[in-house]
Amino acid sequence: MNYPVFPYRIFPLGDNAITIDFGNCISNAVNREVIARFNYLQQNPLPGVIEAVPAYSSLTIYYDVMALRKLNSTTGTVFEVMRQQLEDWLQNPVEQKITEERLIKIPACYEKEFAPDILQLATAKNISVEEVISIHTAKTYKVYMLGFLPGFTYMGEVDEKITIPRKPQPVNIIAGSVGIAGKQTGIYPLTSPGGWQIIGRTPVQLFDAGKEEPTLLRTGDRVQFFSITTNDFYEIKNTSLQ
Amino acid sequence: MSLKIIKAGILDTIQDMGRYGYQHLGINPTGAMDKYAMQIANILVGNKPGEAAIELHFPASVFMFTQPALIALGGADFSASINGEPVPTLHCIIVQKNDLLQFHKPVNGARAYLAVRGGFVIDKWLHSYSTHLKAKTGGYKGGNLQKDDELQSQLLFPLLPGQTDFIILPWQADTNWGDESKEIIVLPGNEWDWLTTEAKENFSIASFIITQQSDRMGYRLNNIPLHSTTNEEVVSSAVSFGTIQLLPDGGLIMLMADHQTTGGYPRVAHVISAHHSRLAQMKTGDKIHFRFTDLDTAEHLFIKQQQQLLQLQNACTFRLQDFFHAQRY
Repeated sequence: MNYPVFPYRIFPLGDNAITIDFGNCISNAVNREVIARFNYLQQNPLPGVIEAVPAYSSLTIYYDVMALRKLNSTTGTVFEVMRQQLEDWLQNPVEQKITEERLIKIPACYEKEFAPDILQLATAKNISVEEVISIHTAKTYKVYMLGFLPGFTYMGEVDEKITIPRKPQPVNIIAGSVGIAGKQTGIYPLTSPGGWQIIGRTPVQLFDAGKEEPTLLRTGDRVQFFSITTNDFYEIKNTSLQ
Repeated sequence: MSLKIIKAGILDTIQDMGRYGYQHLGINPTGAMDKYAMQIANILVGNKPGEAAIELHFPASVFMFTQPALIALGGADFSASINGEPVPTLHCIIVQKNDLLQFHKPVNGARAYLAVRGGFVIDKWLHSYSTHLKAKTGGYKGGNLQKDDELQSQLLFPLLPGQTDFIILPWQADTNWGDESKEIIVLPGNEWDWLTTEAKENFSIASFIITQQSDRMGYRLNNIPLHSTTNEEVVSSAVSFGTIQLLPDGGLIMLMADHQTTGGYPRVAHVISAHHSRLAQMKTGDKIHFRFTDLDTAEHLFIKQQQQLLQLQNACTFRLQDFFHAQRY
């Protein structure tokens, strides 16, 4: 295989972070490369690096300007040192550990009381609410990235029959709400203002600050929703609280 | 016991340098809005510069010390008093048992920092003391300090023999790091070129007003709408403290300490790190002019600011040791 497989661009994100952009796109192959590169950096941290943030098609690396200034005697910028280091690194492949992909089944209740936007979505797409549910639960979705809120997952891609743009203005969204925005689906781990169209709610806790790994889902996971009744919803919710 | 909240302020939280290493889980760093000011307050009392301190907004809490302590105030001047007597910012103050610390009016700045020698006895969440308001965790019980909360200090400060009043130590921290610019200095963002020529001109010459829709997450700026030449979208990607995003209505939002980890709006510019402290001290209604610079200058200014902290740390360590020695501590 020839490397680099994906064309990329490197640019500064302010004066203490650098982004490798593999093409501003939502693509499984590109995202796998991002995750592989992120995992590599988690195992093999570069000197002066604070942390790396993977997104759909980009990897951003925050660095310590003072530490890198001390480590490098060059007259050029610390950014240039980082850029050169990353350029060299990108010339070689990193291993993509596909076997670690987990499939996680998430119960979701699509009843009206938890799904303020499902009827409108069904109407807009000229299908029934039942069809929205069966289409949404039919596919497994990939967790492309976490962002926005602690534990918020950007997953895709939903069937075109249920794609819908996000709302023009954010509204208050209850923790556990399952939403759609364009081709993406996601779950709000915390109650927050948000613009995604809400079609259901999961009783499962996606974010628990008390746990060593506070988020239930990780980048690269596969997720499948299954439909539950309101009774099931409260039963699971109460069980998990005990 | 060290510090008791007699009356709660509008938004007073425990913060430190922020929580790094978890942004890949969507967990944003939070931390002090004005890290420079927070570090100065810590340096004054002989703490590690990044030790946890209390970030105060006006109206701020009323505090009572239940034991003697060595404290310092940095950042905004909220006209502080102890037992009704005015006390200055940027000085070490030795407070006595039952001393009452109050803040009377916002004289300048938006965020003050209260550092206590030894820091506070609280649990870290994911390696940081910073309060995560959204996740309601970290800091002290995950939120604002409330009436009757009691913060314990790590270190009991010994009583000065025969002393019953608080003491203001004579030296003052020099916060000037040689910043001579009037404007807020920015670097171009990756999507800067998406702006129309007119919008670019406006960004560079217009003054932007900080609106009421501003908080620890970000400041909404008010001006004529800026237009983009493209309908292209950014797929969500990292954003940072100081990132200025173009909203769909042509407005701008400048991201601050509680910013989310990733975003999908065009990033037109980034405020340089050395100016985050100035941003943090701005209020609703304040005007901002932007001026562009290059990475070399941005890094140089940041390093200059950090060097001021190092110098201050050396000077304060020396002064405190000297003082303790003279008092036979």
